[in-house]
This record gives sequence, structure tokens and C-alpha cells, in this order.
Amino acid sequence: MAEKFLFYVFALITVWAAVMVITRKNPVHSVLFLVLAFVSSAALWVLLEAEFLGIVLILVYVGAVMVLFLFVVMMLDIDLATIRAGFVQNLPLAGLIAAVMAIEILLIVGPGNFGLDAFPKPEPLGAEVSNTRELGLLLYSVYIYPVEIAAVILLLAIVAAIRLTLRRRPDNKYVDPARQVRVRKGPDRVRLVKMAAEDVAPVAAAENGESQ
Amino acid sequence: MIALSDYLILGGLLFAIAVAGIFLNRKNLILLLMCVELMLLAVNMNFVAFSHFLGDMTGQVFVFFILTVAAAEAAIGLAILVVLFRNRRTINVEDLDALKG
Repeated sequence: MAEKFLFYVFALITVWAAVMVITRKNPVHSVLFLVLAFVSSAALWVLLEAEFLGIVLILVYVGAVMVLFLFVVMMLDIDLATIRAGFVQNLPLAGLIAAVMAIEILLIVGPGNFGLDAFPKPEPLGAEVSNTRELGLLLYSVYIYPVEIAAVILLLAIVAAIRLTLRRRPDNKYVDPARQVRVRKGPDRVRLVKMAAEDVAPVAAAENGESQ
Repeated sequence: MIALSDYLILGGLLFAIAVAGIFLNRKNLILLLMCVELMLLAVNMNFVAFSHFLGDMTGQVFVFFILTVAAAEAAIGLAILVVLFRNRRTINVEDLDALKG
């Protein structure tokens, strides 16, 4: 009974937050409602015994991706009036298409096809079963190549994001790696030269004497 | 008890809301990206629900990879958005007609 209550609470919050995301005027509010949708979905995933993914959703999605969204939304100076134009005209069409789509999906995945008699509730796992351990065992044995491809994709994302937003300004100071590797051993390097100590210049000596 | 169909209906509703959002906010590039994130969330919800009710961890592995790719997509998408705004001073989709499509 408690599970049922929790499911409906979190599901209602998720759907409400999703509706708020697409109807708010201010994009910052939209991002914050999207965060709410992600957090309540994470709670639903924990109810489904996918604890690791629930926590990853909060840590990676809310903690990194949504903050990135928030950062970009706040950084850009958006003219809200022109960008909101057409909201009301699009409303009937959007509502119609979304409603038709929702009804179609409901007809297929409703209780008739995917109800409790077709997919009975599995026995709850005991406290000794670790979701993280099971997922890790699968990821690092069967799915090791996909994990490596995912790592390459993340590297690609880093490189692409940095390269796209990198700006060359005339007053930037940087070392040209091409010229750096072309340095020859003899004449281009810094040379340390041994030389005899010289007498201190008279002015500096006088100042030294005064300070002491 | 909560059936699999309840989770699937929730996923379907989220997906439909995201599609409506794409229609409603079709001038705002940031909102479009956020609606795509919402769609991915709906799909992930289905994967996790099936994984639970079928007792098969593969669904969760798939969600793991979807999260990875979605994070990369968001990072690159927002980078493109920032460059676009820097060059054109707008993120209105209607102004981005350089390709004359």
C-alpha cells in the first residue's frame, strides 16, 4: 500500500513538473522544474529497485547536465517576448497531437497488455542483493566494449565542447606547440653560462649600507 | 500493487508532454533541448520498468549508456548554442535560416 502511495505521489509530481517545464515563460523556471522531474523520476527508479541508476540520475543529470543548462540559460541574454510569440497559436495543435499520442500509447501499454496478470510483480530483492555490484559485473564483463565506446564518446564530447567554444583573441598569450617541438638542441635552448662574480654597482651598495 | 502498465503509461505521458513542448516552444532552442531531455527520461523510465518486471539487468545497462550519450549530447548541444548566440545574438530558431531550407 505504501508503495502504491509513493508511486502515485512521485508520478504526479513528475507529470506536473513536466507540464510546468513546457509552459513556463521564464526558461530558468523551466530548468528548475526539469530538475524536479528528474529528482522524482530518480525516486521512482529507486522504487523499481534500480538504486544505482536513480543515484546516477541525480548526481550526473541534476548535478552536472542540468546545472550546465542553468548556466547557459542564465548566461545568454534572451529576448523573451519574441521567443514566446506563437505560443498561443500553437497550443491547440500541440495539445491535439499530444493527446492523440498519449491515447495511442495508453491503448497499447494499458493494463490489458501489460497488467499484473501478464507481468506479475517480482519478489522484492533482499538487502544482501547489491544493484550496483550486479550492474558493475555486467558492465565490465559482457558490455566491456560498449563501455569503452561510451568512454570515447565522452572524450569526444569534451574535445568538441572545448573546441567549439574556444575563442582566439589577439591579446591571448599561448605557446605554439608546433614551434615548441621544432626547437633544436644547440642554439634555440636556454644556455647556462658560468661567469665570474662581478662587483656590486656602487649605487646598490650604498642603498644596502643605509638599510642596514 | 503497481503494475508494469502504470510505469509504461507514465513514460508515455512524459513523452507526449515533451512532444507538446516541442510544438509550443518551437522558437526557443534551449526549450527544445530540454524537451529532448524529457523524452529521453520517458524512454529511460520504460527501460527501467521492463528491467524490473522481467528480472533482467540488461535494461539498466541500456539506461546507463543512454545517460552517457545524453550527457555528451547536452554538452555539445549547449556548446553549439553558445557559439550560435555569440555569432548571431539570437537563439530564435526562425532566425537561423542561413541554409535557406
